[in-house]
Amino acid sequence: MSLLQVRDLKVSFKTPDGVVNAVAGVSFDLKAGETLAIVGESGSGKSVSNLAYMGLLPTAKTTITGSVILKTDAGEVDLIGLPNEEMRKIRGKDIAMIFQDPMSALHPYYTIGDQLIEAHQVHNEVDKSVSRDRAIELLSLVGVADPAERLKAYPHQFSGGMRQRVMIAMALMNNPKVLIADEPTTALDVTVQAQILKLLSDLQKKFAMAVILITHDLGVVAGSADRVNVMYGGRLVESAEVNALYKKPMMPYTVGLLDSIPRMDQGHGKRLRAIPGQPPSLITLGQGCAFAARCDRKAELPDGTCDTNPELKAVESGHLVRCHLYDRKAASK
Amino acid sequence: MNEPLLQVTDLQKFFPVAGAGIFSRERGTNKAVNGLSFTLHKGETLGLVGESGCGKSTAGRTVLKLYDPTAGSIKFEGEEISGYSNAQMKPLRTKMQMIFQDPQSSLNPRQSVGAIIGASYEVHKINPEGGVKRAVQGLLERVGLNAEHYDRYPHEFSGGQRQRIGIARAIALNPKFIVCDEPVSALDVSIQAQVVNLLTDIRDEFGMAYLFIAHDLSVVQHISDRVGVMYLGKMMEIAPTESIYSTPHHPYTKALLSAVPIPDPQLERKREQIVLTGELPSPMKPPTGCVFSTRCWKAQAKCFEVEPLLQKVGQAEVACHFPE
Repeated sequence: MSLLQVRDLKVSFKTPDGVVNAVAGVSFDLKAGETLAIVGESGSGKSVSNLAYMGLLPTAKTTITGSVILKTDAGEVDLIGLPNEEMRKIRGKDIAMIFQDPMSALHPYYTIGDQLIEAHQVHNEVDKSVSRDRAIELLSLVGVADPAERLKAYPHQFSGGMRQRVMIAMALMNNPKVLIADEPTTALDVTVQAQILKLLSDLQKKFAMAVILITHDLGVVAGSADRVNVMYGGRLVESAEVNALYKKPMMPYTVGLLDSIPRMDQGHGKRLRAIPGQPPSLITLGQGCAFAARCDRKAELPDGTCDTNPELKAVESGHLVRCHLYDRKAASK
Repeated sequence: MNEPLLQVTDLQKFFPVAGAGIFSRERGTNKAVNGLSFTLHKGETLGLVGESGCGKSTAGRTVLKLYDPTAGSIKFEGEEISGYSNAQMKPLRTKMQMIFQDPQSSLNPRQSVGAIIGASYEVHKINPEGGVKRAVQGLLERVGLNAEHYDRYPHEFSGGQRQRIGIARAIALNPKFIVCDEPVSALDVSIQAQVVNLLTDIRDEFGMAYLFIAHDLSVVQHISDRVGVMYLGKMMEIAPTESIYSTPHHPYTKALLSAVPIPDPQLERKREQIVLTGELPSPMKPPTGCVFSTRCWKAQAKCFEVEPLLQKVGQAEVACHFPE
């Protein structure tokens, strides 16, 4: 079995305007040591699906169904519906997370040292000095100079890039098997982004972790991912190995997304091919294909075809696409 | 195209930084823009790039006189405006406009779209042909919205649509110059492309000049005729777009460009990157000599002592003692 197995994950929120189906049946596998990128625009469900199985969504108005099986040292655990006390033993140990904005993810009143040591103490019954040594080790590993001294510093005394390094150190305190990085470099400048991405990839090898990289930046994905899941309207619409996806994107949304980014290697002044229209409302999204309203290839199919939601099918080996354009090709395979 | 519209010379904008307590006096100055010079021609788009804190937004706001410059000269159509009062600036405001980054906070939530865009006519007492409402509806259609949107409120629109409202407001009086301050960085990729295309079309249709401030180097390359690279309040390099992206002369430009990821896995993984070490120095205490010297891999003794001035290298102007 793969390290993490997500099956038919659905997340919906009750709001005054109606039920928002933020994630509508997502399934995928994460293998040990691999980097899986999850790409999509705001509201595509890329962040929510991960918050759901980390147990980080408010429970009162949220409905989560499906299963997310994680292989831990203590056996296989379904993270969905896990009681809080059980979840707390796994979160930060087997599976850890880093967030977009390290300023709001770190506690402003506690020193970096307090926070790093606590992250170790909750999962290990060891003397505090052991945790402190571990904190120093990790800080120097992520490139914070003079780590023993910096343990006494508060988050506001670090720059944005340095804070993200501290976040990474904290996430790695207990050698997690899975690291979820939710837009880890979006708030950073390009030169700092390059530093952090390099650091993440070095540490991934060192710790033999699997990484789920959630991002909207297709450039970052191209440099880091092994496999890519593209999400749209709460659904997984395409999944492929990174080279295959960029060389031969199939779902018209993925094609549009790749066409709409200005590329530095392709010179200046060429008109961008934008995707017309807007992302769908997740309240009123019906049974049809979520992308149909913006799709420029809908006309190639008989009328009404896109009123039913296509299945996610393997069009080529390892290349899954949710689009009626490939119905026949997938069936013949 | 060769007539200068805006000439900025040795512009400085310093902000006082207060001390720790409420009663403590000024502790220092943030030298946000520290001796910036550039020229913008009619109908031209100048991209201004740099990392956060380099002073690019402050520069944009200062040339519009939203901030009073500390020193230096700003000439708009040959007229020295750096010392102008708000009242003196008002007639010029019809010619210079701004588009903001965050379409959420730059539109008044309690005003209808019609009132927001129509305010430009009201403030300047201009009566467009066919009345204000007709003019505003025409603008809405021009930016890809509907005439029926006239009575709606900003919260009824998505981020991309709100940015279109901001653009309609900026072009209402047919200005000659627009400062675009990170106009697409809050938008999703597919929407970003729509707005970039709209900005290009409008520029070509009305012949406006843009000062296009952004941190996204790919977007800037796409839209700009020339690009200026800022670091710690100073211009490091300014050159025609094609030339600066293909042959950057300043080490900082080189490092900055090499950090931009390319959306192609094969190219991206064999690309050579210059990863800058160290942190951006504080703009309160900029390094002596060249401001980039503390992070430059080519720095020599001279760089720490003598500040390099912009000098011609090929098609570019570069502030470096040892240009590439």
